[in-house]
Amino acid sequence: MNAPAYNFAYLDEQTKRMIRRAILKAIAIPGYQVPFASREMPMPYGWGTGGVQVTAAILGPQDVLKVIDQGSDDTTNAISIRKFFAKTAGVATTTSTDEATVIQTRHRIPETSLHANQVLVYQVPIPEPLRFLEPRETETRRMHALAEYGLMHVKLYEDIARFGHIATAYAYPVKVNARYVMDPSPTPKFDNPKMDNCPALQLFGAGREKRIYAIPPYTQVVSLDFEDHPFEPYRFNAPCALCAAENSYLDEIVTDDQGSRMFVCSDTDYCEGRQAAGHHGALSAAPYKDKAQEASNG
Amino acid sequence: MTTIAELPPGFVDKVLSAQSTFRSVMDAMARPGSVQRIVPMAGTPDTMMRGTAAIALTLFDHDTPLWLDARMSESSDVLKWLKFHTGAPVVPDSSIAAFALIGDGGALPSLERFALGTNEYPDRSTTLIIQVDSLDAGRSFELRGPGIDGVATLLASIKPFDLFERLRFNETLFPRGIDVVLVADDAVVAIPRSTRVMSKGG
Repeated sequence: MNAPAYNFAYLDEQTKRMIRRAILKAIAIPGYQVPFASREMPMPYGWGTGGVQVTAAILGPQDVLKVIDQGSDDTTNAISIRKFFAKTAGVATTTSTDEATVIQTRHRIPETSLHANQVLVYQVPIPEPLRFLEPRETETRRMHALAEYGLMHVKLYEDIARFGHIATAYAYPVKVNARYVMDPSPTPKFDNPKMDNCPALQLFGAGREKRIYAIPPYTQVVSLDFEDHPFEPYRFNAPCALCAAENSYLDEIVTDDQGSRMFVCSDTDYCEGRQAAGHHGALSAAPYKDKAQEASNG
Repeated sequence: MTTIAELPPGFVDKVLSAQSTFRSVMDAMARPGSVQRIVPMAGTPDTMMRGTAAIALTLFDHDTPLWLDARMSESSDVLKWLKFHTGAPVVPDSSIAAFALIGDGGALPSLERFALGTNEYPDRSTTLIIQVDSLDAGRSFELRGPGIDGVATLLASIKPFDLFERLRFNETLFPRGIDVVLVADDAVVAIPRSTRVMSKGG
């Protein structure tokens, strides 16, 4: 018997129905966390079990899947999830943001603008933005029910009192459609403005915490702030060392044990696309190639 | 008396048909007012439209109590078909239903009689699936809200005529409320509770 051992996209149909119903409610109530009966997946919690279940429930044979981990298509988590769906669903995969119809992501939103025929699926570790302020689920539920978000503003205020500015740099809380305060998952706050009025549907899956939530397309997403301390997306002030991009989010990469480091785009597809289009940064290999060419000619 | 062997069939390919149907419904819910098409075919008992049957096979199971209006429940074939293909329990009390199938919108009961969810768990609400005459001709409506880039226009011929006026209670109830899926043959339009609908007449 060589029959496939799995159903299409791994999950059984009853599980998919349950997840699909949760996704529909999540879309109908933007930013609200819908409880769902999260299943054990063949990967550990923290590796994107929530995102994988959401992706498995929406994925079809016509889809083209892209998976990124911290912006990169080439890291272990991204590769293993991409291969997981290539094997269990037989879908086409890509690293191109433009070509993908479903993008599963951990901790980044692609630099390239998303379009209306795409779904962005986030892997979420802790879906409850109030959890570290109030550990009891019964209490945080009531706070959401009453839209009682003063505590979150107190937390941001304490940042200002202690550091002089809002020091929260990732998982920066947002308000969706002027109602629910939502955790955008541990994306850098640099990415927060991309969630606002985004043409693509955004779905969030938290496997261990058993929650699904969503931002429909063209929905208002506002980062919490104060009039005298407005929200500011943070970016390290340097061009990408490989593609010279001035407006992308950068990773710091240590290059030796002498303290040398380079700053490069965390979005590998974006960076490679720019290099292919002829943009070269200070540490790009291309100038050396050019120099070698010149040396051999001379 | 219909035997199981004589019942209209379900999906030919359960897995991929359910996936395709779900994506149509998900896109409809994510982009209120947009008309989505349901491609996969299934047998349709009596009063049930193609779209309704496909949605039933995609979303209903033993975890989803169903409420049927008089038009739907008058046919024993519909009851048998739903029971055989989905296993969903049909309940007489609309306030505990996960889904309600409405065959005759003219006799739609008061919306307060369905589950509206609670403030803590607004997702525990009834999704109404209403069969309508047309989703590409008829009166003109303007829709605003999440999922819509500015304003969406919907042409629809629906009963009850005052459905969207009645759904206005979603505004004050939010985050509680009723989500509606309109079906006309293979066309689907969703009106989630976050959508505000204005009649333009015509």
